This record gives sequence, C-alpha cells and structure tokens, in this order.
Amino acid sequence: MPRWEENGLAQAHPSPDTFAKFLLLNAERFRGRPAMRHKDYGIWQSWTWEEQLEEVRAFALGLQTVGLKRGDKVAVVGANRPRLYWTFAAVQSLGAVPVPVYADSVAEEMAYVLDHAEVKYAVVEDQEQVDKLLSISEKAPHLKEIVYDEPRGLGDYDHAHLHAYSTLREAGLKRLSEEPSAAEAWLSEVEKGRGADLAVMLYTSGTTGRPKGVMLSNDNLVRSALNGNAFDKLTENESIIAYLPLAWVGDHLFSYAQSYTAGFCVACPESAETVNEDRREIAPTYFFAPPRVFETLLTAIMVRMEDAGRLKKWMFDHFLAHARKVGEPLLNGEAVGLWGRIKYALGEFLVYGPLKNRLGLSRMRVGYTAGEAIGPELFSFYRSIGLNLKQLYGQTEATVYITAQPDGKIRPDTVGLPSPEVEIRIDESGEVLYRSPGVFMGYYKNEEATRDTKTAEGWVRTGDAGFFDRDGQLKIIDRAKDVGKFASGALFAPKYIENALKFFPDIKEAVAFGHGRDFCAAFVNIDLAAVGSWAERNNIAYASYQELAGHDRVYETIAAHVAEANRRLAAEPLMAASQIRRFLVLHKELDADDGELTRTQKVRRSYIAERYGELIEALYDGSTEKYVETEVTYEDGRKGVLRATVRIADAEVFPAAAETMQEAAE
Amino acid sequence: MNQRPDHMMLTARDDGIAKGDVLLEARNISLAFGGVKALTEISLNILKGEIRAIIGPNGAGKTSMLNVINGFYTPQQGSIVFRGRERRAMKPHHAVGQGIARTFQNVALFKGMSTLDNIMAGRSVMMKRHIGWQMLWHGPALKEEIAHREKVEEIIDFLEIQHIRHTPVGKLPYGLQKRVELGRALAMEPSLLLLDEPMAGMNLEEKEDMSRFIIDVNQQRGTTIALIEHDMGVVMDLSDRVAVLDYGKKIADGTPDAVKNDQGVIDAYLGVPR
Repeated sequence: MPRWEENGLAQAHPSPDTFAKFLLLNAERFRGRPAMRHKDYGIWQSWTWEEQLEEVRAFALGLQTVGLKRGDKVAVVGANRPRLYWTFAAVQSLGAVPVPVYADSVAEEMAYVLDHAEVKYAVVEDQEQVDKLLSISEKAPHLKEIVYDEPRGLGDYDHAHLHAYSTLREAGLKRLSEEPSAAEAWLSEVEKGRGADLAVMLYTSGTTGRPKGVMLSNDNLVRSALNGNAFDKLTENESIIAYLPLAWVGDHLFSYAQSYTAGFCVACPESAETVNEDRREIAPTYFFAPPRVFETLLTAIMVRMEDAGRLKKWMFDHFLAHARKVGEPLLNGEAVGLWGRIKYALGEFLVYGPLKNRLGLSRMRVGYTAGEAIGPELFSFYRSIGLNLKQLYGQTEATVYITAQPDGKIRPDTVGLPSPEVEIRIDESGEVLYRSPGVFMGYYKNEEATRDTKTAEGWVRTGDAGFFDRDGQLKIIDRAKDVGKFASGALFAPKYIENALKFFPDIKEAVAFGHGRDFCAAFVNIDLAAVGSWAERNNIAYASYQELAGHDRVYETIAAHVAEANRRLAAEPLMAASQIRRFLVLHKELDADDGELTRTQKVRRSYIAERYGELIEALYDGSTEKYVETEVTYEDGRKGVLRATVRIADAEVFPAAAETMQEAAE
Repeated sequence: MNQRPDHMMLTARDDGIAKGDVLLEARNISLAFGGVKALTEISLNILKGEIRAIIGPNGAGKTSMLNVINGFYTPQQGSIVFRGRERRAMKPHHAVGQGIARTFQNVALFKGMSTLDNIMAGRSVMMKRHIGWQMLWHGPALKEEIAHREKVEEIIDFLEIQHIRHTPVGKLPYGLQKRVELGRALAMEPSLLLLDEPMAGMNLEEKEDMSRFIIDVNQQRGTTIALIEHDMGVVMDLSDRVAVLDYGKKIADGTPDAVKNDQGVIDAYLGVPR
C-alpha cells in the first residue's frame, strides 16, 4: 500500500483544532506506534496511527458515496469497536456530526434521540441495532441510510438503504485508487474544519425528563483533553481499555479525544463479557471506572476469598490489614517506619501484586472514579494496595472536567481541586457553578434549557449542592434538588444515606426517603452475587431473586448492615437525624429497562417514589408487610407483572454522637 | 494491515449437490432390537440447504432414525443414499468423513477440557499430519494446528462464546454446554448436521438464542440441518419440512402447517384409543 503522504497528505497541522487534523499529525509524529487494538478471533489485532488514518479516510470517502454532507448528523450505536471510533473521526473529517447513542436503549428512547437530533445516517454494530432502527424508522423520519459493521444475519435484508461498513470502506479505497483527486478533496474537507465547529452531540440520560442533546465543539474537547493530559502527564505511552458506553462523555473524552491529542493506544475488548479478562491482558496504565465497577470487582474477589483455603485467607486478611494501616500514607508519600515498609513490600509480593494482576490493574498509573460518590472504605481499599485511584467530578456540559484530585492530595470524601482553567463558585442555595473552556455550546434545539443552565456570563449550574472544605477541595453532598428536610427541619441528603448502605457488599442499591417526613426509611436491593454465594454456603435454597430477597435470614443480615450504617450516621452531628428507622428489601432488582435507573445506573428517585408509592406509605404507616403488584419490562420489550408480599422491618438506631458524649460525662 | 474478511470463511463442504436437491435419502428403513421394532419401513429424504425436523411422541424412534443416518445403527432392511452413494452398514467415523456431524440429546463433551479444546477436538478428524509430528508439535504439525485454531476461533466468534474460551466445560451452565457441543459439530464443517434435541432443558431465552444460531448456521453457511425436537413451537418456526414418527412408523411428512393440521398427528400426540 502506498505511504499516505505520497497521496499528498503530508500536511500535518502544527496545533490542530480538530480531531481529523490531529489524526494527520499523529500519523506523522507517532508513525509506527499503535493507535488501536481490538481482540478478535482470540488475538489482539492492532492498527498503527498511519493505518488508523487509512481506515478513517477510506470510510469517510465511502460515506460520501452514500451522500454524507457537512452538517449531517450521524448516529453511532454499538459496543466499543475500532470501526465505531473510526466513524467518529471519519464523520468529523467531513464536517458532519456524530451522535453516539446508548446501545442498550430500548427502541422508544432511541427513536426520541434520533428524531430530535434529526439524524440522517446511522452507523451501528450489528443486526440487533439494525432491527431496532428499522422498527422505529417511522418515528425517525430523517433517517436515510444505515451502515452496519457485523454482517451476521443481515444477508437477506433489503440493502437499498442498508450498507455494510466493509462495502463503504472498499468503495472509499476504490475511489482513492481510481479518482486522482479523491485524497486531495478529502484533505481539503479536513482543512475546512474549525475549532468552533460542533464536534459531537451527546444526549444526557438525565435523571428527569427527556434526554437533552449537549453540543460540544472541537475546542471544548481539544482544550479539555489537552488540559487533562497535562494534569495527569498522559503521553503516547499510555494504554487504556475502552469499555464504557460510547454515548457517555467520559468514554468520548478518554477513549477518543485524549487518545488523539496525546497519541496513546486504545484497546477494544472482544465482547462485553470478556472485559475483565481483556483488561488483564492489556493492563491499562490509565483507567477510568464508575464506583459500581470497582464495587463489582471487589465483591467478586471477596466472594472468591470466602472459598479460599485457610492459609491463603489468613495471608489475604493479614496483609490487607497491614495495607489499611500503611498503604495510603505510602502512596501519599508520607513517612512510614522501616518495618512497616518491609512488611508492605512482602505484602506486595505475596498479596497486593497478584491481586492487582487479577484485577488487571498492575500497570495502572492514573485511575479515576466518578459519576457517583464512592464508598470511603471501597476507595481506601484500592488505594491501600498501591493503586493511584483518584476522584473526579465532571459533567457532560463541562466536557467532563470540573474538579479532579491531584496526585498526593487524595481524600475519599472530596472530589478535588478545580481542574486546570476551571473557575468554580457556589451560590447562596449551595449549588455549584463553573466556567471553563470545556463549557458546552448549548442544548440542541432547547434554548430554554440552555438558558436555565448557562448564565449570560458563561457560568453553568451543575445542579449539585456542595461546599469547599478547609483545603480548598470541593465536597459534593447531593443533587441540589434532592437535598431536602425532615419534618423536624434537619437536613436530609438521600444520596449520602444510600452510600452509607451501599458500602456493604450485600447491598447493591438503596433508595432513601425522608423529605417532609418524621424519619428516614429506605428500600434496599440485595447484591445477588454476594448474597447468593452466602446463601449457597449456608445451605439456603432459593429459586429466584424475589425469594432470596424475602428470606428471613437475608432480612437479619440486612438489618445488621442497616444498624451498622446507622451507627456511622450517628457519629456525624449533621447526619444523626438521618438514621434509618424502617427499611424493606425490594422484591425486584432496580432496572434501567423499567426506568428505575438511568442508563448510567443512577437511581431515579422520583420515579421510584411514584412507582412504589404504596410501599413507601407502608414504611411510614407502621405496617409489617405489604402486598404489591409491579409491572416489569423484559429485555425484548414484553411486559409482565411481578406479585409479592414485601416485609417491612424496623432498624436499630443510635443516640447522636454529641449526646453520647454527654451521657459519658454524666 | 490485518484486515480479515467480514464473511465467514467456514462454509458447508461443497459436495456438488445444488440447493434444493436431495442430499440424503433413507429408503424403507427397518430396524429392530430383538423383537422390538424400532423403525418400520421408513422412507424420508433431506434436501440440501433445508432445516428438516423429525418429531414424534416419546419412543417414536426419532433418535434411532438419527442413529441410522449417521451410521451408529445398521438397519436390518433398507438403505441410505448420501450424496448419491448408497450404503447400508457404515461406521460413525466414516459418516464424519463424509460430512455428517451431530450433537447428542445428553451433552457429550469432555467435561474437564476447555471450550476451546472441545471444539479443537472436533477438528481432529481433519488433521492430516502423522501422529509423530503431532507429538513433536513443531514444524508442519504446529502450522496445521494454527490453521485449525483459526477456524475454531471463527466458530467461537460465531457462537459468541469468547468469554468461556478457557473455561472447563463441566463448569458451564447447561445452555452454554449445548452451544459448545454445537460448536464442536460445526468444527467438522459438515454438509449435514444432525441435532438431537438441541433445546432440551433450556429456558426460553436460551431457546431463542439457540434458534438464532441454528438459523444462522443454515442461512450463512448453507449447512443442511436435520433436528429432533420436542418443543413444537420451535420446530414449527424453524423447520422447512417436518416428518412425524409414531411407534416406529412415519405417519406424516410435509410443511409445518400441513403437519400441524394432520388428524393422524393430532391423534398420535393426544393419544386416541385404538
């Protein structure tokens, strides 16, 4: 194959303002270095930056053959695959706008986004997505052409408006070899791109109402990515694994914008089920995960350790106890005694090293968790075994970065200092506002929402309540609109309470209630992996989630956890009033398909309150059980009804910290 | 550049028979074990490229029929014509050599071996190198193994079982074991695939998945499939033609709709006093 500059492409930009220009630059400055990997047929296939450029150009030229023009919107739906990432660059190179959509959204949600964004083209992963799009074609009248990557099962479909990715790619390559001006023409399209142009539209799943299309410009993404690279000293030597949804701003920044600006290699896993294995093989140096992923990883390890031999278990417990003592100080560069260091080194050899290897994090240099508050003990666990895990606070509207914790200044209960070039202020109601180069252009076709969120001076409302602590680190309490008051006037911060419960591996999800009420009450979802394993070891037979959730001994366990959470809440003066008096274990798992969680797995509290109103009343009216019927939606869209009698239990509460001290004094 | 073709390289063997022509024909098959007549004068054919179902109540002789087709049983009477060649007695490994592969009613995998090794085992009939070479596992034998591994990886990709590639089969849930067994049968690149109750003991979702795979195998690879299945819904949706056996005799044969409305079939299933 001819080298690309022989086709007249050697016009790398000195300081690129679009990703297509970065691609040209990288093909020159990172020649021969890997840009993309994908595990396929059991082997890591890789593409260098030059090859990635070839792929992007070929597909862009192919897209032109089906009529893609500047300004057109292109939906991108599917898992993390090289071709979908190339689609971003190919589409942008022609001045069109990619609109990544959550691949697991049900047809109805997808129809709304496609229609609202006026999407004309869609590039999707496989038959599943093609079927979904065809089923909603009436509701998305702008959609003209669909391109699919995986041809399996699509052989018999009418291909009038359906194209295989490989067909377009070949059409592009054919144009390159047959039309002498094709390469030139593509390059001039790339040159037309400007930093201020709309680069991508990301629909926020939103805890309330319809999703909104956040418009981010090339400048937003490039500046934020470069600032992030500098903050964490990211270079072309990093390696990351792309496994979070394409439609999520975090993935777009980490796996696309930062890769193009820093030049590092992005690895795409073989399938969603093999991510953990694949991560172990890649051993990323830069890793991002929502707390849920860290939680799941830890739970899996703890469950396995329960089955380990006695010696191994002793070793594990013993050295982890030591790590809890000295691990974090060591990571923060504080002084630790010689014996402590020697023992930690031994622990590294015997336990922490193998453990990190098991987690696939043995090379991790920078790790972030964000999206939701992480349990302090969970956070400390990872840091204590020597992983530089940090917290980040961000939003789609900010192109991720608002605050981040710098190395060495890590605390589990804050989200860090303002990120580079970000200004933050806190208004009278306690809401956090920010201004930065990453601030979005606006919501697509929604002036009103844009005005509500973004002030004339460019400040953006986060919707989160928070405050700066004495070190200048930002602390987020809850969503500003979720923070409420008990009837007594005491502060009610539901998320804080839920996190106190979710700290226990047995509890997967919790929903706290209490605004305008006399006391706090909660729904609990058990973690099927953790509780199921416990049930197996204790010879407790169960046929379903529902049956296990309602089991007496499970209630006993959960009651103990709730009491423990209450003890902790009681220790904090501000939170003592938030102790959970009554709780119930919900008969079904909260599920995004039923609208109870967002696609990013956040609890939609108001919707749950509405859906389970009867249960909430039962929590407060003193009854000990309640019969409910709940409608559920299966993955294929069919609906069913779940019937259950849910038990309601009382929890142990503790006197507030101040009072205990008084009692002790008396 | 490491571009792999998008379309499956694995296909059914080219056996010189056009789609829609007779691939296998059973003529007047009778099989008895001592005094028990398992099959009585059964004639049926399987056309190239179709999904052919054999159904019937318990003990009707379905599995016996499958065993006759792949040479495990030798019928006392009648003959089998496969790809234009007539035969009566044949060993199962000859059947494999001719392009007939099968799965079993009760999963018959090597429980202690990984998914990958189980499917590789399906390729062993195709390995041509001398056992001496294979023991050395160098030079031509290694090259051959790599070529076979590539085919096996395609099957793993096709059946979406990447995540259990290295898991011992005995640890897998039943539905996945069935899928691995299908994978092993596919590894032989058969022109005729016999499935003995591929969906027995599966839940609804697993059945849907398995149906999807069976259709894909048939459509994309052009593999002819003969299957025995109890789940009527699945049979009627999947198959092009259905043969119904009862007490070792064929009582109906035709499209799913025709068979569904056949009074003899309804009686056989509901049990009419005779």
